[in-house]
Amino acid sequence: MKVAIASGKGGTGKTTLSTNLSSYMAESVPVVLADLDVEEPNSGLFIQGELIHQEDKFIKVPEWDDTNCTLCGKCQEVCNFNAVMKMGKMIMVFPELCHGCYACSELCPAGSLPMVPKKMGVLKSFRSGNLSFIESKLDIGVEQAVPLISQTIHYLDENFTEETIQIIDSPPGTSCPVIEVVKESDLVILITEPTPFGLHDLKLAVDTVRQLGKPFAVVINRHGIGDNNVEKYCEEEGIEIIAMIPNDRKIAETYSRGELLYPTIPGVKEAIKNVVTYIESAGQGIK
Amino acid sequence: MKIVFTAKGTDMSVAMDPRFGRTEYFVIFDEESKTVESFDNRAIEKEAHGAGPRTAQKLSEYGAQVLITGNGPGGNAAAVLKTLGLEIYVGAGTMTVQEAYDAYKSGSLTKA
Repeated sequence: MKVAIASGKGGTGKTTLSTNLSSYMAESVPVVLADLDVEEPNSGLFIQGELIHQEDKFIKVPEWDDTNCTLCGKCQEVCNFNAVMKMGKMIMVFPELCHGCYACSELCPAGSLPMVPKKMGVLKSFRSGNLSFIESKLDIGVEQAVPLISQTIHYLDENFTEETIQIIDSPPGTSCPVIEVVKESDLVILITEPTPFGLHDLKLAVDTVRQLGKPFAVVINRHGIGDNNVEKYCEEEGIEIIAMIPNDRKIAETYSRGELLYPTIPGVKEAIKNVVTYIESAGQGIK
Repeated sequence: MKIVFTAKGTDMSVAMDPRFGRTEYFVIFDEESKTVESFDNRAIEKEAHGAGPRTAQKLSEYGAQVLITGNGPGGNAAAVLKTLGLEIYVGAGTMTVQEAYDAYKSGSLTKA
């Protein structure tokens, strides 16, 4: 079962929740933690494990071969991203803009745009007892996160059973990278902070998850700051708040040392237990 | 010589648009005939990706030899402009089109 830990706003505690939740659950059952925030993965700061596998990941992008090209311009017409462009007597390809959809290549009547592999990042797999940790990281300068996210989810599906709890540390926001993660997940936990910014972006995230038709619930982090408008909103919308992580200086200090929180901070452990209860009961419903 | 400016409007009196890819208009000034043409590029707002090369491609239809803009084109647009053999001058983002032309003639703009 894939559980996406997501948020509209960045910096609300996705990594805090993902790493603590997966480590806590791994004390009793096998768990996979996957960091799919491939533009800036940071779960690895909190998880130490043995590196058991590493592979380069490639996106395929078109490359112009002028041999049989008739300059018909079909490639340019079908590209939604201006990644292929006819300029006078040549076809220009902009690999950074390419989403790897194959349309220009497949629809070229002359076969003049063969797809060639281009390295986009690295996938690493670590193991520590019951906990498997998968991290994918985009190379510097690569603009498209979605192809790497998609290939990493494929890796999860090939290497772990559907019954295994898979906790996914998602990218922030509500754009394509998050959607790629959420659409492949069975359950979504939205973590937010009780501030006007937190609420604003939570609403965007709720809209997104609802459109994708996924069951979800909310965790409030840094409870005690801001106001109670997130709670009011959730009540009005009938959204379950499954846990609250208190605002505590000790949490920030422990986090800044790269340590997990639940072993030493009771308020976090209690919140994590509540999240586990939710995942277990939701898991029954999904099966 | 045909000179193209990234601009906020359609004649020589309007403010320059400092952006290249997402410029609102082009103003094209023909030094020989002293005529001014313009192109409305505002449709580019709808393009989420690749505004630079798209705009550069549009520009290619005007057969200009010089481009005067503000911030300068990004990498993808620059690749297209290179194939057109355009001379590019930057740093005119806060001027009017006329001022940018005068600055170009007096040699005070930076060549990109």
